[in-house]
Parts: sequence; structure tokens; C-alpha cells
Amino acid sequence: MNKINFLQPDKSNLYTYLYTGVILVTISIFIVFINSFFNKDLTFFLPSTISFLLPLILGFIGLHLIRVDYSGLKFLDTINKNINTSSFNAFLSLLIVFIVIKSLPPLLSWFVLDANIAGDSKDVCTGTGACWTYIKIWFNRFMYGMYPNAEQWRINLSFIALAFLGTIGFFATEKFKKYLTLYYVVIYPIIAFFFIFFFISGGPIFFDFSYGIIAAVISVIIGFFIPPKFKMYYFIIVPITLYILLKYVFFYEELIELGKLEALEWVETGAWGGLSLTFIVSFFCLIFCFPIGLFLSLGRRSDFPIIKYISIGMIEFWRGVPLITVLFMSSVMFPMFLPEDMFIDKLVRVIIAISLFEAAYVAEVIRGGLQALPRGQYDAAKSLGMGYWKMHILVILPQALKLVIPGIANTFLALVKDTPLIFVVGLLEIVGMLNLAKTNPEWLGFAMEGYVFASVLFFIICYAMSKYSYNLEQKYKTER
Amino acid sequence: MNIKKILPQLLTLLVVILIFGFFSYNAQVNMENRGITFGYGFLSQESSFDVQFSLIEYDGSHSYFRAYLVGLLNTILVSVIGIIFATVIGVVVGIARLSNNYLINRTAAVYVEFFRNIPLLLQIFFWYFAALRALPLPQETEPMFGVFFLTIKGFFVPAFVWNNLDIFIYSLMAALISIILIRIYARKKQEKEGIQTPVLSISIGLLLILPLLSFLFGGVNASIEVPVIKQLSQSGFTYEGGIKLPPELISLALALSLYTATFIAECVRAGVQGVSKGQKEAAASIGLTPNQVLKLVVMPQALRIIIPPTTNQYLNLTKNSSLAAAIAYPDLVLVFAGTALMQTGRAIEIVSITMLTYLSLSISISIFMNWYNKKIAIKEK
Repeated sequence: MNKINFLQPDKSNLYTYLYTGVILVTISIFIVFINSFFNKDLTFFLPSTISFLLPLILGFIGLHLIRVDYSGLKFLDTINKNINTSSFNAFLSLLIVFIVIKSLPPLLSWFVLDANIAGDSKDVCTGTGACWTYIKIWFNRFMYGMYPNAEQWRINLSFIALAFLGTIGFFATEKFKKYLTLYYVVIYPIIAFFFIFFFISGGPIFFDFSYGIIAAVISVIIGFFIPPKFKMYYFIIVPITLYILLKYVFFYEELIELGKLEALEWVETGAWGGLSLTFIVSFFCLIFCFPIGLFLSLGRRSDFPIIKYISIGMIEFWRGVPLITVLFMSSVMFPMFLPEDMFIDKLVRVIIAISLFEAAYVAEVIRGGLQALPRGQYDAAKSLGMGYWKMHILVILPQALKLVIPGIANTFLALVKDTPLIFVVGLLEIVGMLNLAKTNPEWLGFAMEGYVFASVLFFIICYAMSKYSYNLEQKYKTER
Repeated sequence: MNIKKILPQLLTLLVVILIFGFFSYNAQVNMENRGITFGYGFLSQESSFDVQFSLIEYDGSHSYFRAYLVGLLNTILVSVIGIIFATVIGVVVGIARLSNNYLINRTAAVYVEFFRNIPLLLQIFFWYFAALRALPLPQETEPMFGVFFLTIKGFFVPAFVWNNLDIFIYSLMAALISIILIRIYARKKQEKEGIQTPVLSISIGLLLILPLLSFLFGGVNASIEVPVIKQLSQSGFTYEGGIKLPPELISLALALSLYTATFIAECVRAGVQGVSKGQKEAAASIGLTPNQVLKLVVMPQALRIIIPPTTNQYLNLTKNSSLAAAIAYPDLVLVFAGTALMQTGRAIEIVSITMLTYLSLSISISIFMNWYNKKIAIKEK
């Protein structure tokens, strides 16, 4: 048996150190645990300062004793390597463990144990915990804003349909894979636009929506018989022609009455709100800001001085001002720039403003990718006789965009997080609805619950987006 | 060939001119119809509205221009506070993210993921409407360290009352200038003779000694004014004396710094990780101590990666401070683009001034950044 030196634990008396250390750490954690969960002070007989610091001191000594390098026990080595490399680290680890144990009971009791969810009025919320009843009662308002209750199925249906159409890419067979880009860049946004503007807002325009759907379906069917050479022109010209034909030639308004189709009730955009508005605004801005940003970034790198400086001006202007002033501009200044009789819907103005704003950021991100490509790629493409557009579409952009996936994802995340700012123009998405509900005289004093609820929602959405972008990045990573 | 080059440019120019022409024509017609004339003369008119919180003397009898200054100063105040705290938190969390202690590492990661993924506006509302509303009333507040009072009406801190403040400031400036001179001298000496001077301890000493001398011989003295509770009415209390930080300022600064700190933390982490391992090993192998490795090899290279994105984050923080309008903190947007615009109805002039202010701020910073990037870029042979 060697001499036991408690100041310098070593391997020869491993188990002595190990048992003493583990017991000390366990005692310290136990004291904190009892103190926090059962509110009992086990060391009440000591002076208050010592009693307060005792668990920390015990745990510190305990961790010091089990800090034995290369002990040969796998478990012990893992612990030492990860949380116990030095005295300072041991101290911080203990502090974190104690803080977690200390803060668990109040959090648990606020979120779950003392919280109320039953009932449907404020009176049931008597506990000291959260009042989830408030969220339950206002849930529809937080999700759909002032949209009439009876019509909310339209929003649900649109979102489900769009989500379904959006996942088509995963099921496409090899034969259709090459059309996917066209589908996602052109067709899908158009369908989404029809759905949201004509189906959710409803009104007599709903007929346009049905014409649009019919035109799209017919043109896709005919599309299979068209030689590939003309396909680009075909998909631009035919749907529009069909739509006009349907609307003005074949189907007169009276004919529609055949099916006794009652037009959907008109819901003005001012009544839209809640989380669905967050989705709508971020969805459209996302679709629009990407192509605008792409053109701006190409413009900034263009050889034509006029185009170059106009692009630089655009980008630097939007990047230099806060979004809130842009929204101010769209709501108070922009109407001054339009003819007297011309009126643009509030929501449309907001979407244009946010799209232009975010497009500048997207442009800078894409420019980073374009600059990162070696010159050889440009030279090689040119030496094959490719023109400007062909070179960019086939060679440069596919590589550059792959490089900037994380940057673009970050910009899109920023966009989603910026949508609550539309309260400036009086549109109430979920945060705006929370502030409205908070001031309701029947439901005063539940601000905390509302903000926690919205935070959790946003966290889930944004976290999922960032994880998805990470996957995308890994998937398209190519070794150079 | 030439035509192919000029035509697209001319077309673009034409479109831009047409759009601008259309807008300005409409603006003229609209303003004529409403009987407004375009001009910035209103800036010298009496503003006749009050601002709750201002750094310079201001009331309704001052001009709109002074109101603009009040807003601008408030924006700068909250940005500077936010930048200081965001940097401190960001650097600490960034280093914690690099720690090999699993618990510290995870805690920092959870903090970053959590605060980064929640909209800033929501965080501001949370602090202002939920967290700070839970604070006690002035008469029930327990003082922190005897002199700080954190109440629902704001944070009351003691103020310094100075005598001969200018001499104190001169002494500080003298200390700073001599520190800079010593640094230059030390670097020259090291390049020439390879001898290092303990610059850090000399700087700290100078910073302490010179102001101390000003206290002893310059006739400078400072007394502390502690806030004292005062009864306004039956149930209304407040504190007098000292400095009052309104809850709007606190919640805004808190939210801005906690939010921006997550991004700064990621910049710091990326910067330190960006220094290749070989550099550290090479430095260690020529016999530098770990401290010297950090100071002479790792930090100079890491800072080159860290500083540009961090400056960008400072700029973002300044622009985000405009969210103050949502909780009625009187910043540039609320005072000028809000109240002043409501009163005068001069949308174009006021919005353009506000935008230009932010624009000139960010463009000057980005010009500075470009200069800095060029200066620190690795000069390859």
C-alpha cells in the first residue's frame, strides 16, 4: 500500500480516491437536489455562508480526487476528459450542474405542475403557474388572425395543398427529374400565388383561380406531346393563352352558374393574421427575393458600367437602411409616389418592400459564391464557345449556388425572423396578435404565456430550417 | 459589336429613369393636390411635442432639428450600450463554445441556438412586457449593494458629481496617448533587437496613475449622489437624484445585446478555429510559451477573420435598434419618423432624412471596413 496523498491523486490508490471522490460529489449533488426540490436545507446547522458554499466545496474536492490521468477505467476517463480536465473546468461544471438542478423545479412548476389548461375562462387560472387556457382560447386568433372562423378551412387546405405540391420533388422518377427546377422555380410559385391570393382571399376572383387551375392542368397534359426544343416557349405562352381563352371566350360568367358554384366569401387582407400570415409573407418574400438577388449579383459583376453601378446602388441602399424604415416608406411615403386613383394592397406593398430588402442581402451572398469560383471555370466555359447566359446557367451558377447554401439559408432565416416587423403597417401576424390579445380587458396579465408560446413556435420553425440547410449543404458538398 | 454593348445599358438606364420620373411626377401631382410644398424648411420650426427621455436639453419649444438630434443621440446611446454588452457576452460565449468541457460547450451552444432563432422583436417584447413588468414597485424595492434600485419604473443608479471634470479627461487622454507611443516604441524595439517590453502592465499602470495624479494635484474630486426614494402621492413613489435608466432602454439594450452576442460568439468561434493547427504547433516548436503563442501567433490571425463579420454585426445592431419604436423608446425612428412625421405630414422629407442618416452611417463603416481589410490582408509575395 502506497502512501495516500490527497493533494495529488494517482493511479496506485485509484479506488480509494475514486470512492471518496464519488461519495463527496454525490453528497454535494444530493444536498442541492433536496434543497431545490423539497426546499429543505440539510446543512442548516452551519453558518449561512458556509452552508451556501458547502456543496460547491464538497463537489470541488470530490472532482479533484477523481481526476486521475489514464486510470484505465473507461467511464472515469470519459468523465475526466469531458468535464474535469482542470480545477477551473471542474468548478464551472459543478456550477452548471447546480444551476440546472436549482432552476428545474421553478421551471417545471411554471410550465407543467402549477399550470392550468382546462376550462375556458380566466377564472380557472388560479395557480402560480402558466395559464395555458389563455393560449387554448386564443389559439385560432394566434394562428389565423381575424380571419372568419367558418372560412379557416380555406387556409388549412391551401397550406396542405402547397405542402403536398412542394414535396412532389421527392417522389419524382428519373424521367421527370430534369423538369424539377422548372417546376420549383416557375410553376410552383405560380400555383402558390393562385392559391393564396384567389383561394384565401376568395371573392368573385375565385373563378380566375379555377380558370388558372384548368389552364395549368390542360397545358401540362398537352406539354407531353411537344418536342423538347419548343418547351421553353410553350410553357410561357400556352398557359396564358388558355387562361385568356377560358376566361373571355369559352366560359362566360353565366356559364359558371351551371355548377351553382357560390363564390367564396371575400376576406380582405387586413383580416389575415396570425402564424398563417407569417407563413404567407415569408413564403412570397422568399420566392421573390431570390431571383431579384440573383440578377442584382450578376449585375454587380457585369462588365457594363451603367448596369454595374445601378446594381451597386440598389444593393448598398437596401443594405444600409433598417427594415423598419423601409416598411415606414412603403406605408407612408410610397402612396405619395403613385397616381391618385391607383391603390396597392397593404400586404402586397409589404411583400414588395421585404423582398427588395432581402434581395440585396441575397445578392451579396451570391456574389460571394461567384467570386469564390476560380477564373478557370469562366475561361473554360468561354473557350467552349458559350455565351454569357449559357455560361452562367450551365457552368457558373450551379457551382456558385452550391457554395452559398449556408449563406442563403441564413438570409432566409433572417427573413422569417423579420416578418413580425410588419406590425408597422398595421398587419398583425403572430407577435402582433399576441400584443392585441394582451390588451384585451378580459385577459390581462398573461403576456408571459403568449411570448413563451410564440418563442417556442419560432424556435421550432427556425431551428428546423437551419438543420435542413445543414443537411442540404452536406448533400451538395463536392470535393474540389 | 458596339451596339450589343451599349443597348442593354441604355435600356436599363431608360427603365430606371422612367420609374423615377413616374414616381416624382406622381409625387408632384399628389403634393400639389394636398397643398404641400417640398422643402426642408420645417426643420427650424417649433416642434411642440415632448420626448420622455433625452440626453440633451429638449422640450416642445425647440425645433424639429433638435428633436432629430435627440432621437439620433438616443439611437447612438442604446447602440453603444448594446455593442459593449454584446461584445463581452459574445466573446465569453464564443470561447466557451471552444471549451473542451462538455457541459460548458453545450450550455454555450444551447444559448446560441436559442437566442439566435427567436425574432428580435419578440425578445424585446418579452423583456419589456413580461420580464421587466414582474419587477417590484419603487417603494418595495430592495437595493442592490445599497445604491442600485431596480424597479418597475426603471433602473436607478448613483450619479457622479464632478469637480474639474475637464482636468480628469485631459489626464485620461494623456494616458491613452502615452500608451499608444509606448506601443509603437515597443514594437520598433522588438523588430530591431528582439526584446519584448511588458506593454500591458505599463499601460494599466499609466491608466491608473495619471487619473490618480489628477485627483491628488489637479483639484479633481467626485462625489456620489445616491438615489433617494420620494413620495409623489398616496401610492406613487419614485427615486430622486442619480441617473434613471428607463425600462424601455433596459429591455432594448438587453434584447439587442443578447441577440447580437449569439452572432458575435459564432464569429469568434469561427475565427479561432480558422487558425490552422500547424501554426500553433510551429509556434510552439520554436519555443514560444503558450501565452506568446496566443498573443503573437493565434490572435493576430484570428482577429483578421473575426473583425470584419463582427463589425457587420455592430452595424446590424445599430440598425436593429430602430425596433425601439415598438416599445416607445424615443429613438430616431420613433421621434422623427413617428411623432414628427405625424405632426408635419411631410412623409417624403422625413423618411428620406431618416434613411439617409442610417445609410451614411453604414456606408461610412463599410468604407472603413474595406480600408481595414486591405490593410490587414496577407501580402503574398
